[in-house]
Amino acid sequence: MAQLFAVELIYRGIFQKTLAKNITRGIVLAAHNEGKLGISFGRYGDSPERNGIPAKSFAIVASDEQTLEAGMAQYEPKQVDVTVVLDDTLCKGTESWAWYGLRPVNGALKPGRTLIVISLQDTPTLLKNIHRREQPYKLGILKGVTSFSGMWVYKDDHTDVRVLGAIAKALPELVSLKAVEQFINEKLKNALKVTSARTAFDRFTAIEVKPGQGNAEELEHYTLPKWQDMRLAVSIKGQPQGGPYEDPVTKQAGGFRPVRNELFKKYSTRSFRPVVNFATCTKCTLCWLNCPDGSFDVTPDGTYDVDLEGCCGCGICEAVCPVKNCITMINESEFHDNERQWVSFRKDRDAYLKWLEKTIKKAEPIEQRSQGFRYRGQYQEQVPVALEVAQKS
Amino acid sequence: MTTTTLPFAGKKTTYEQEALITGAEAIAVACKLANVDVITAYPIRPYDTVMQYISQLVADGEMDCEFIVAESEHSQFEIVKHASACGARVFCGSSGVGWMYAMECLTVSPALRVPMVCMVGNRALDDPGAFGVEHNDALAVRDLGWLLTWVDSGQEALDTALIAYRVAEDRRIFVPLALSCDGAFLTHSQALVKVPTAEQVREFLPRYNRGDLLLHPDNVISVAPQCNEDWVMEIRRQNFAVTERACDVIREVYADFERIFGRKYGNPFFEEYMTEDAEVVLLGMGTLSTPVKVAIRKLREEGKKVGFVRLRWFRPFAGREIAKCLERFRAIGVIDRDLSLGSPDLSGVVATEVRSAMYSSASTRPPVLDFTCGLGGREVTVPDVEEMTDIISQAAKGKSQPLTQWIGLRG
Repeated sequence: MAQLFAVELIYRGIFQKTLAKNITRGIVLAAHNEGKLGISFGRYGDSPERNGIPAKSFAIVASDEQTLEAGMAQYEPKQVDVTVVLDDTLCKGTESWAWYGLRPVNGALKPGRTLIVISLQDTPTLLKNIHRREQPYKLGILKGVTSFSGMWVYKDDHTDVRVLGAIAKALPELVSLKAVEQFINEKLKNALKVTSARTAFDRFTAIEVKPGQGNAEELEHYTLPKWQDMRLAVSIKGQPQGGPYEDPVTKQAGGFRPVRNELFKKYSTRSFRPVVNFATCTKCTLCWLNCPDGSFDVTPDGTYDVDLEGCCGCGICEAVCPVKNCITMINESEFHDNERQWVSFRKDRDAYLKWLEKTIKKAEPIEQRSQGFRYRGQYQEQVPVALEVAQKS
Repeated sequence: MTTTTLPFAGKKTTYEQEALITGAEAIAVACKLANVDVITAYPIRPYDTVMQYISQLVADGEMDCEFIVAESEHSQFEIVKHASACGARVFCGSSGVGWMYAMECLTVSPALRVPMVCMVGNRALDDPGAFGVEHNDALAVRDLGWLLTWVDSGQEALDTALIAYRVAEDRRIFVPLALSCDGAFLTHSQALVKVPTAEQVREFLPRYNRGDLLLHPDNVISVAPQCNEDWVMEIRRQNFAVTERACDVIREVYADFERIFGRKYGNPFFEEYMTEDAEVVLLGMGTLSTPVKVAIRKLREEGKKVGFVRLRWFRPFAGREIAKCLERFRAIGVIDRDLSLGSPDLSGVVATEVRSAMYSSASTRPPVLDFTCGLGGREVTVPDVEEMTDIISQAAKGKSQPLTQWIGLRG
């Protein structure tokens, strides 16, 4: 009987591009050991060379050539049998660099199929971010930190083969563990990796996610205009100027909030977000001046508040802020909304500062906060920790 | 938000005057009359004659414009592209490889809907380095959404430059337009040209109004963002729509030109010479019309029924009209002052287009022979034309002929 499978990997460009490619190639080559045929490709329109941009990589595997061709006769698979999310902060949804709006990570999964997420969190926490859907599906966690494996000098932490092991467990019809092991032995020639794949296979479990379970956020849908309705001259309307920021307590207006593009929010590019201590802010303007995306609003009291729908998490504000821990980049997985920090601060100053202190403390020391962005060799130091986590899980 | 048009700075002329000027100078005069706002220049022969004359007009206080000598053709066209997006009436131009060096700008400007009017002083593409005329430079943009026209006299150059502004700046069109003049034969030879009055031109040519597409702080727009496969086809379709209606707009503009200036061009898209009773015709573009017409008069005296069709507009290519015109002849000889190496039947650009138009719109299938002739500025001689006529006459009688032949070639 003809069989056709599609696997989708959701990852962060450029950091995980090679990793995603290695995994989709591994799926095809392993399945080929059992006589199946397949192709592997990255989604061309994603521009995955951009830092942190959500991107996709695919593997299509079929029992025979004609079935494979049927699977290839489209730009990308619309429905997949397995989705793998290589960075759990992507669970909030992904937005391509063009204008699609936010899309859920489980959007392409066939009913009853499996979503695999690499994370240190548990399923209830992940489901705060993963959008609910009408059909049931399975969710399994592959314990681990976000991996840069395969990128330039970063050390291999076996994430590629661990994912292959998990896929073999989730969908043995696609590829068996034996085929995965054969692929690793023959192509990667690494006995330790075989063990890693087998361990991942043995430990991987998935829970059933019921219809309606998950993040209740309603996603926007856009209708693309007809050519007659589009503006001429490849031009798009600019944004109006914006206006004052209203204090949620006193209702006084002041400062300035520019109007931002509602159709392209780009925050799904963010794996870290800035948190601001409005009590220690010296109003030096540096964050506001240096933000490449103009994400800071001027509050009526002259401090600067981030519009978290416009921030893509580059961390420049933290780098230029002269006050210790006034702006701090915190891993995005700590958060489940884009609420305005200054509003919380104004509503309950003490509670906000307490929360801030706790949040920053959790992220200490600072070097561990930014996944290898801080100093050369940092990621290599994290690899033993990552392996330890993987073995303990 | 409207274009600032400076008051006409030239001497007030109430009557049409006659001037002995080159084709390039005629276009410079048209720029003065059209009150062009921004002109960029970078020297390359033969186009540079026009910049020399415009700089003279500016230096003499006859013309008031931003005259910018850029550091390359690429910058030259980029500057006018942006100026045009900001609502300025612009003029630019180049020749041969200079035109090709600006190609990046030339390719992007049709989708950006900037009505730049440019003069191409046709010149052979290097190598070998040569000044003489060949049409492949301007023809390089033929598939990109530009309007392309060829003229054959100083008078037609001046008139067509005014028509070019009116057509390009029509909101239904809004694409760049290249006005081609054969190097040397037209750009460098002086002839008597009737210069219309500023009042006439003002009546003919309304201000350039870019409306909601104007790049201006009061009209906040973002132009040319990067986009993916969900948008490109729709943007291309908008440019396709321009080509759908271009013929109608051009007809309208020629009718208005005739009303205001009193000069008649008849069919805007091509000129017919002695075709009424002709059995065979030659077809070509640009200044080769002179030797062809002289030869035809001579051949007519010998009783040979031969005519000539000179294409004025290559883009839009008025295919149906051209096919309807040509279907009544027994054989057609296309003179191509260009190459399309490796094309079907190894014919030149014009012959290939004519055959395609005939295939879809003509009710007869007369032989369409192609003559590669006059490359690199080589003279198209009267005996050349006689030879070509002889070949098509043989074809008309049913004698099989090669579809592409080189004329005026040694060996």
